[in-house]
Order: sequence, then structure tokens, then C-alpha cells
Amino acid sequence: MAERHPRSDALEARLAACRQGLAQERAGAWVTRARHEAEQRLRALGLPGPRDEYWRFTRPDLLTAPEPATAEPFETDEPPVFDEIDRLKIVFTDGRFDPRASDDISEAGEGIEIVTLLEAGESDLHWAQEHYGRLEAAGQQPVPRPLAALNTACARNGVLIRVTGKVSRPVSLIYRHYQPQSDAMLHHLVLLEEGAALTLLENGPGAARFNTVLEVNAADGARFDHVRAQGRDHARIAVTHIFARLGCESGFSSFTLTANGRMTRNEAVVTLAGDDSTAHLAGAALGDGADTPFHHDDTVFVVHGAERCESRQVFKKVLRNGAVGVFQGKILVKQGAQKTDGYQMSQALMLDGDSQFLAKPELEIYADDVACSHGSTTGAIDEEALFYLRSRGIPRRQAENLLVLAFLDAAVEEIRDEAIANDIRDRLRGWVERRG
Amino acid sequence: MAPAPHQGFRHVMDEQDNGRVGTKAAGPGQDANKETKEMLEIRNLHVELEEEGKEILKGVDLSLPGGAVHAIMGPNGSGKSTLSYVLAGREGYAVTKGSITLDGTDILELEPEERAARGLFLAFQYPVEIPGVSNMTFLRTAVNAQRKLRGEPELSAADFLKLVREKAKALKIDAEMLKRPVNMGFSGGEKKRNEILQMAVLEPRLCVLDETDSGLDVDAMKLVAEGVNALRSPERSFLVITHYQRLLNHITPDMVHIMADGRIIRTGGPELALEVENNGYAGLLEEVA
Repeated sequence: MAERHPRSDALEARLAACRQGLAQERAGAWVTRARHEAEQRLRALGLPGPRDEYWRFTRPDLLTAPEPATAEPFETDEPPVFDEIDRLKIVFTDGRFDPRASDDISEAGEGIEIVTLLEAGESDLHWAQEHYGRLEAAGQQPVPRPLAALNTACARNGVLIRVTGKVSRPVSLIYRHYQPQSDAMLHHLVLLEEGAALTLLENGPGAARFNTVLEVNAADGARFDHVRAQGRDHARIAVTHIFARLGCESGFSSFTLTANGRMTRNEAVVTLAGDDSTAHLAGAALGDGADTPFHHDDTVFVVHGAERCESRQVFKKVLRNGAVGVFQGKILVKQGAQKTDGYQMSQALMLDGDSQFLAKPELEIYADDVACSHGSTTGAIDEEALFYLRSRGIPRRQAENLLVLAFLDAAVEEIRDEAIANDIRDRLRGWVERRG
Repeated sequence: MAPAPHQGFRHVMDEQDNGRVGTKAAGPGQDANKETKEMLEIRNLHVELEEEGKEILKGVDLSLPGGAVHAIMGPNGSGKSTLSYVLAGREGYAVTKGSITLDGTDILELEPEERAARGLFLAFQYPVEIPGVSNMTFLRTAVNAQRKLRGEPELSAADFLKLVREKAKALKIDAEMLKRPVNMGFSGGEKKRNEILQMAVLEPRLCVLDETDSGLDVDAMKLVAEGVNALRSPERSFLVITHYQRLLNHITPDMVHIMADGRIIRTGGPELALEVENNGYAGLLEEVA
């Protein structure tokens, strides 16, 4: 038992630091219970350590330290992403809900109901009480996600969204970061009733250190699309979690764009629980380790638990100057999940010899009538293609940029909404062309 | 067709006196009088593969005046494609001796994109597939990059679209093909037509066609040849590299050069191509040896 002490001390220190923010809040019975249960889970799991199977490629220290490292906000004159998209804006600044900068969430429109966790948590009874933290708890098996349990135990705010109809106007969560040592946790819950549909956008760094959980529970025939652009502060640290459960004939998609960030770990646990459901997960990351280290980790776990479901994972990373990319992707096909169609692709484009890509693709299949494929590649810029472009008058640097963007575009293509996809493309083009 | 009289490669320079094959000794870039200047001058060009140090071109001499169509024929491994790559500026080749001038300017020190902006275009034997870049984006980027390098204003989106549609129509390239990623999933014929489309849109002064007929059936070859013929003009020259004579039935050259073992061993009129067709390269090679 002596061995456990350093880690449990660290856990207590981390919890104590988190609780400081919670002490002064009034919390109703349901939220108190959810936090208490999460704390129990966390104590059972312990904080992640470098010897844990899913933390071998990403050192958890920056995420588990009691205090966050300093991260200065990124100065830029470019307009924020999704600026041109008509959406309902909900702003959090260093983890605090900013109602003045936000649209009126009480008037979200037909078929959708939004409340902040802080407000909902004040009542002793709330519709969210049957759902909050449940998918996170279920997602701890078979692979533990202790930082998600930490989030449920400590997050003081977030949004709880109940969708009852097909909502066309996206809900947009905007995460601003001003304080160089902010340490924020947000926990969101999206409940989609039968046949309901919602697009959720997220953008911004959120805080110097940011931990988010997004639980998505989609009933039969529901549709959920998620597009996220993580903030560009060079020294920011982020760990994000998506836990999704999909009913029959429901659809789920999630795309994440990342440029910069000293440490990013994006975890997703998606369970296709109803027959004929689909889940598409994609990510495009652009990392340059020249001035600040860049470490980006996508850890994805897709569970096929029903028949005729389709899942796709498309993750692309462009790395240079010692940037590190990690991909840990798994497709688990449970017994009886026949006619499963599972696809997984992770690719890294290395712009120099200094960078690293660490990939662990996994398939675990217990059904006999399935089609699952996976691939992982690491490569440099295609010299043939480069010469072809240059021979047409396109200067080397411009030709390289074109090839980098083309490489990433296979992930961007997974975004269903063309206007949003084009917004992401414009953003990427600007970043690639300016290289910063 | 009677075989042409024996002519060693040594005679190449003086056998023709019609002004199509240059014989003057003026140094590159010094002739102010463009009227009498050859468009392309290759002088005693020696080229090695950079990695292996193996010599591929062993003293190529060639002059191409403005408005002319010259064919280069030769057996496999004679250095035809190497010549086209060296002209376009591909990496991996070391020029150990000699010079290449385009309109009097030494291009060997220029980057591939600078050569392109000066009007050099290479139609690839194997056009490269580029996933994720639409043909349209590729063409627009190329047109505007060249204009920028030449200090000209960029084409507006509307003007560009009009230009491409017009050129594409003539080559029977539909809008769908323009939207697809560059050469991805294109048939052999579509790839070559796409090369000609790029040529038509970029309007180069010197077009080097590297085995443009390879992998084409007769109909596809006719379509490509029509595209090339439509671009023939007094201001534009063509260097048509081919293994077989058949392409030259559709694109009639002014001159034919036979290349073997890294040199031009024979130069003659269009009838030389027929000689090759009838007798193969073996006879010609023996004559030289």
C-alpha cells in the first residue's frame, strides 16, 4: 500500500484545489449526489499515471498537477471561428458563464431547452438528474477515464440541453481565456429526444487549463452534430471528454480542429446502442513545436453494441519542429453486433524529421459478420505531387500549403454542414499560410 | 519510304539549313534581337542522376525556334524523359555540363515555378494524383501564381471560371471532372486531357509533351492531338517526346530528332518518324555505332 501513497496524495491535492471553487456555491441534492458518486469513482480509479496503458504516450502530470501552468492568451486579429454562422451563443470566460456576452438562453427557441448547470444545480429536482454523470460513469469501463470523473466531481458549471425537436440553429459554446492561470472545468449534457436534432459548436481555449465533459444521449432517430475548434493559445492545456450513447437509427458526428496547445487530450467514448445508428468522429490537428511544445492526443473508443451500425474515425495531424501526435483508437464490436461497419484511419504528415506520431489502432471483435478496417500512416510531403504543382507555376511554399490542406481535408469532409466545413477550411487555410 | 542517307549525330548541327535548327554560337542571354533568337537552346547538355552519379544525357544539342513543333523519338532508356524533367527543373538530376536557355535566359538556375512562369510547360507522362485538391483550385492557384510571378494582376473568380469552362468544353472535360481532386480516379485518357487543359489555361510559350500518347486508345489520342493542334501558334513551340510514331500522325512535327544513349543521333523531317515506324530503332542505332 505504501506505493499508492504518492498518487493518492496527489489525488487529494487535486480534489482540494478543485473544491475551492465549489465551496461557496449552493448545490441541490441531485447535483451533490452526482458529484459525490463521481468522487467515489475517482478514488477507486486514482489519477492517471505514466504506467497506465492509455497514458503511455501522454504524460498526465500537467493535467493532474494541483495548480495549472501559466498560459498567456493568444493575441490575434482574426475574427473568431463560426463568426459568420447564425447560432445561439453561450459564452464562458475562464470557465465562468458570462450572461452579458451570451444570447438569452431562456429563449433558445422551438424544440430546445437550455439551462446552466449552476442554475439547474440549485434546485433539488431537475430533469437532468437522471442523466447527469451517468454516461461518464458508464464510460469508465473497460478503460478508466479518471479525469472525466474528476470533472463530474468538480465542475461547477456547464450547459444542460434538452432537445425535443429538430433544431436548425446551432448552439455555440464560446470559451474565452483571459487569466494566465485559470483552471476551469465545464460539464455539459445534451439529451436528444426521439427524432430530435441539434448541432453543437464549441470554440476557444477556455482557460489556461481546461477540462470538459460532454455527455450526449441520443434517443431513437435523433441526430447530433458537433464541431469544435480548440483555442490557439500556445501554452494552454486541455483534456476533453465526449461520452455518447446512440439509440436506434440515430446519427452522431464530431469533428475537432486543433492548432497550438502545449497539451491536448481529446477523449471520446461512443456507444452505438441501437440498431442502424451511425457515429463519425474526426479531427484535424496542426502542431508546431518550435516555440512551445505541442502535444496532441486523440483517444477514441467506439463500441458497437447493436446490429447494422456504422462508425468512422478519421484523424489527421500535421506535425513539425518536434511536435508530438498521439492516436489511440479502438473499435469494440460486441457479441451480436452483426453487420457492423467500422472504419478507422489515423494519419500524420511530418514536415520535418523532428516530430513524432505515436499510434495505437485497436480492433476487438466478438461478432462474426462484420466489416472493420483500420489504417495508420506516417509520411512526409509527397515529392512527386510537390514537383507537379511547382511545374505549374505554384511556388514551393504555396504548393506545400496546398498539400497540407488537402491532407487535412479528408477529416474536414466529415463535417456535414457545408457552411461550417467551409468556415473551418478558411480558418485552416489562414493558419497554414501564415504558419502560426 | 527510302531510308535517309547515313548521318552521324555530329552532322546534326549543319545538316539543316532552314533556320529551324540553330547553328549560331552566340552565348546565352546576350542576343538582344529576339526575332532571330531560338526559343529553346540546349547546348552540350550532360546530366547525371544525383544519387547514383550515372550519366543519362551525354551531350544533347537541340534548338527549337518559336512556333515550331519538334518531336523527339527514341527507344526506352535513351534519356527522353530525363530531358523533359531537366527542362522542367525536377530535383534529383545534376547538370554537369552544358546549358539550357529559354528566350535567351539560362533557366538551369531557376526554380520549376519560375520556369513555368516564363512559359515552360511539361505535360507529364504520368500525371500525378493529388487527393484533396480539386482540379479547379489547382488550376486557379496555378494561373494566379504564374501571374503573380510575372507581376500581373490575378484573374477574378468570374474571369477564371469563364476561361476554364471555355477551354474544358473544347477538350470534352465536363464540370464534374473539374470539381474532382486532381487526376484522382481519372482514366488514362482523362489524365492526359487534363494535362492539355492545364496547358490551354496556362498558355505557355514552350510545351514539352512527355509521352502524352502512352496509355491512350486511338480516340483519346485524337482528342489530345486536337487539343494540342488548337494551341499551335507562331508564338508557341512544342517539343513532343514519344516512343511511337502514331502520335505524330495527328500532331505533325516540323522536325524529328532521334535520341539514343543520351544524345540526339539523327535529325530530319517528319519522314524520319516513318522510318522509325517501319524499321524500328535498331537500324538507326547500328548506323551510329
